[in-house]
Parts: sequence; structure tokens; C-alpha cells
Amino acid sequence: MRNGNGIQRPDFAAIAEWVRPGSRVLDLGCGDGTLLGYLKAQRDISGYGVEIDDASILACVRNGVNVIQGDLERGLSGFEDHSFDYVILSQTLQAMKNSERIMKEMLRVGLEGIVTFPNFGYWKNRLQIARGHMPVSDNLPYEWFDTPNVHLCTIADFERFCRERRIRIVERKVLTRGKNVGQWPNLLGALAVYHFGNGG
Amino acid sequence: MAPQTAKFTEPITLKCGAVIDEYELVYETYGTLNRDRSNAVLVCHALNASHHVAGVYAGDAENVGWWDNMIGPGKPVDTDRFFVIGVNNLGGCHGSTGPKSLNPATGKPWGAQFPVVTVEDWVKSQARLADRLGIGQFAAVMGGSLGAMQALQWTISYPERLRHALVIACAPNLSAQNIAFNEIARQAIITDPDFHGGDYYGHGVTPKRGLRVARMVGHVTYLSDDEMANKFGRELKHGKLGYSFDTEFQIESYLRHQADKFAEYFDANTYLRITKVLDYFDPAFEHGGNLTRALAPAKASFLVISFTTDWRFSPERSREIVTALLDNRSDVTYAEIEAPHGHDAFLLDDARYHRLVAAYFDRIGSGTAP
Repeated sequence: MRNGNGIQRPDFAAIAEWVRPGSRVLDLGCGDGTLLGYLKAQRDISGYGVEIDDASILACVRNGVNVIQGDLERGLSGFEDHSFDYVILSQTLQAMKNSERIMKEMLRVGLEGIVTFPNFGYWKNRLQIARGHMPVSDNLPYEWFDTPNVHLCTIADFERFCRERRIRIVERKVLTRGKNVGQWPNLLGALAVYHFGNGG
Repeated sequence: MAPQTAKFTEPITLKCGAVIDEYELVYETYGTLNRDRSNAVLVCHALNASHHVAGVYAGDAENVGWWDNMIGPGKPVDTDRFFVIGVNNLGGCHGSTGPKSLNPATGKPWGAQFPVVTVEDWVKSQARLADRLGIGQFAAVMGGSLGAMQALQWTISYPERLRHALVIACAPNLSAQNIAFNEIARQAIITDPDFHGGDYYGHGVTPKRGLRVARMVGHVTYLSDDEMANKFGRELKHGKLGYSFDTEFQIESYLRHQADKFAEYFDANTYLRITKVLDYFDPAFEHGGNLTRALAPAKASFLVISFTTDWRFSPERSREIVTALLDNRSDVTYAEIEAPHGHDAFLLDDARYHRLVAAYFDRIGSGTAP
């Protein structure tokens, strides 16, 4: 989940590049509303966040961001079909119990989805596993015993998941320390950012 | 601070078609209206409350305003920054024109002749009070329960006249179960031999027995099962069973005490009408049940709050309002406060709830001139 310290994360700029100015955005697991605030300033979007955490709701109110308290695990039942241009799930997919359902819900409520997640296939993660330990890094800052992450995946896993479910990947960005990764993304990329739509 | 009275001589046509030629509204204000008149907040009361929203009167420290934990200097609705208005609604029994007031046409109390009012009528009369006080647009209109229904109605009736609506522990209409509870309350009052068809004032009696039962039923629905279990459980008043119909369990004693208190000060005709106000509220009705369309005129930003154990106006009902607002692309924040107290939670001092309202009013204040 978002750490809520208000520091702009590298995936935010990547997301902002894709989001059309003036569009409607739903940010799932929006934390303190930093991303929505950023998109509002950069892209003049309107939108809402969804959060379960009381402290995050309070932070959103303080930051002047519209937020709806709710549990993503229960789906997006309060939201109409295709009522948003983009539904964003930023660094939360890996912490969802029902990752498949939320991807489906994102494409029901949004015309398009944007998802970001730490790439478990990143070489530093592989190295730590090769050394016999669960990876701990900037993008995976938790120890095995206190991690909220239950569904970690690699770039290759996610793309196969999308292929099998006819989810069309519109664009992909792979980042390491905020810089784009070109070659061997599944090995060299720490963070994956996907823009996707219906029908693959 | 002391209650003030505004007298209106322009007739008001009510939703039921009846016309009241002249009427008075009793209200209280807290804080100071700023120079550009942009810091006014209207607080709408629920079933049995009044214009006495906050603070105490000089020489009467007992009579604390009903939302004093929320409203006052340094409180979530900070009266050092905002000019807060509390008003006793039309048909009430705390000083505004109501069934126990004298009907100028007959020189006798209105009694049964006092028309059945609605949330729309109340909002209309509140808008006239705002005119009188020179307030073109409220910074916020807020309320809990039936008070929240008025805040919601404001956004429909006068979308230009408020910038924010705080809709707390609300529902877009009453469920059949809710109406059923109200009907039990009404039947208790109407079948009391002291009711005299609503014209009991001339008989020197009040239908206290009916009003007591009405209050008991209502009160039970405001609390959660858990809260009652915690507060009373099966605790006995005298430590042992008496095999009689005296008060035995603490909950019975509590209910009777609350009922006695209530029947002393509240007017039965007002109670009847307020339950009707609740039953009739249904802004979606005129739009084929479509709440989204009903709320389409709204321009305000909304803060919608519900409480997890509120079974009278459950979180699901608040989410219906939120869904409609989302459909309309209105500015809305929705919070579901985990609180054990049931519907009454909106009146209680809960840190998370109050922090949220305080933060929201901070935002309102930051967009408001000092």
C-alpha cells in the first residue's frame, strides 16, 4: 500500500504522462491522495480515491481530495459501469487477496486501467532469493512476516495473466530508480507500470 | 447567547397544499458573521432537538446545546471562525410556530388543525430565515439523521445557496421497517384517551402515556444491540427477580426514565408530525425512484458519514446517496465510522468522527475569508 508520506513516487510521473487532461480518474487505494492531487495539478483531472484506512481518509480530507471509504476486496459495487476514464491501482495489486476480481472491476468501472506493481523478477530480488532470503528492497520494503503483499508477480506473469483474460495492454513502462528500462525488463526493471483496456 | 425570534408575515404554502399565513421561527446564533457573509453554517436538527445547538444559557448551566460536543469555540465546527445558526423547525414545540401555538384565525391552539409539514417545507422556511439574516449562501448546511435529510434537501431546493453539505447518519428515504416504527409511535399517541383527536390543549391534559411509548420505541432504534448489552445487559434493578410488572431490568428503568423526561417537555402533536416528515422524505420519488436524477441539481461539495452499527440508517443507505453523487460527478467524500453506538453515534464524542469533521471545516474555512 501507499506509504502516505506525501513523497512523490516514480510511478506517478509515468501515470501522469498517460492520463489525458481533463479526464475522470478513480484511484484505488489512494492513500493520502497524493497521486490524485498530482494528477489534478498536472492534468486537470477530476476524480475520487477509494481507501479503507481511517487515517488515509482524514489525510485526503486535509488534502482536499474526494475519497470514498470502502474495502476494495469487496469490489467496486458503488460505482457505475464505465463511469471513469481511468481506474488506477498503484502499488496495491500485490496486496489484494482477490487480484483477479479487482482487475475485472477496474475494467468494468473504467474505460481503461492503470496498474503499477513491484516486479518480483527484478534481478536484485532474484539474487536475494538465490542467496536464500525473501527480497527486501525499496519497492518491497517489508520483511516476510509483516508484509501486506500476498500476490507478488513478475512482468512475465502479469503479461500472461492479461493474455489469458483478453486484457489488452495499451502501454507499458518499466522503471528502476525512476529511469526507464529498455532491455530485459523482467530482469532489469524494479517497478512495472501498465496501461490496459478491454479486449486483447 | 439567547434564542431569538423571527416573525414572518408572508404566507408559506406547504407541500401538502395548506397555507400558513404567518409564523415565527426561533433560532440561535453562535460566532460572528464575517464581512462578506461567507462563513455561515446552518445546523439542522433531528427528531426531538431544537434551535439550542451549542453552549448554555446564562444562569442555566444544565441546559447544554444538543450538539455542544461538535459546535463551539475550538470545536470541530469552530464558532471562532464560523457563524453557526440553529433553528427550531416549523411545527416544532420549542418556540417556533407549531401545533401548540395559537392559531390567529381561531385564537386557540392549532392542535389537530396544524398541517403536516415536510422536509421541503422546513428547508423553505429556513431559507426565509437566511434571507432575513442576510445570508445569500451558506458555507455549509449540516445535520445528522433527519437533520441530514434537510441538508440533502437544501442541495436540491437551493443548490446555489450552500457550498458544502454534511450529511451524517442519513438515508435517502425511510425503509418499511423505519416507517413501521414510526407508525407504532403514532398509534401509541393517537390511541391515548388524553389525545382528544389532537385538541388536548383545551382539556388540560397531554397524551403522556402515548408519548412515553412512542419515545421508548424510538429510543430502542437509536441504539445498537451491542451498546444496550454493554450498558445494561440483563442487570436487575433490585438484584433479584420480583415476579411483577414493576421495573426489574435496568434497561426497563432506563427506558421509563427517558420516556418520562421526554413526555414532560415534548409536544405529542409535534412528535406525530415529525414522524410524518421522516416518512414522507423521498427526493427520488418524483424522479421515478432515481436518486441520481433527484440530486442532479446539487452543486455543493458533500461530506457523507455513516456509522457501522447504525441499523436505523445503515451505511448501505448512505452509500446509496454516495452512489448517486458519484453518478452526478459531485464532489463527495464518504467515511464509514466504526462506532458501537448505533444511530445515536452521530451525537456522541468520537475522536475519528470529530477529527474528520474538524478537517473538513478546516478546508471550508481555508476557502473562506476571515
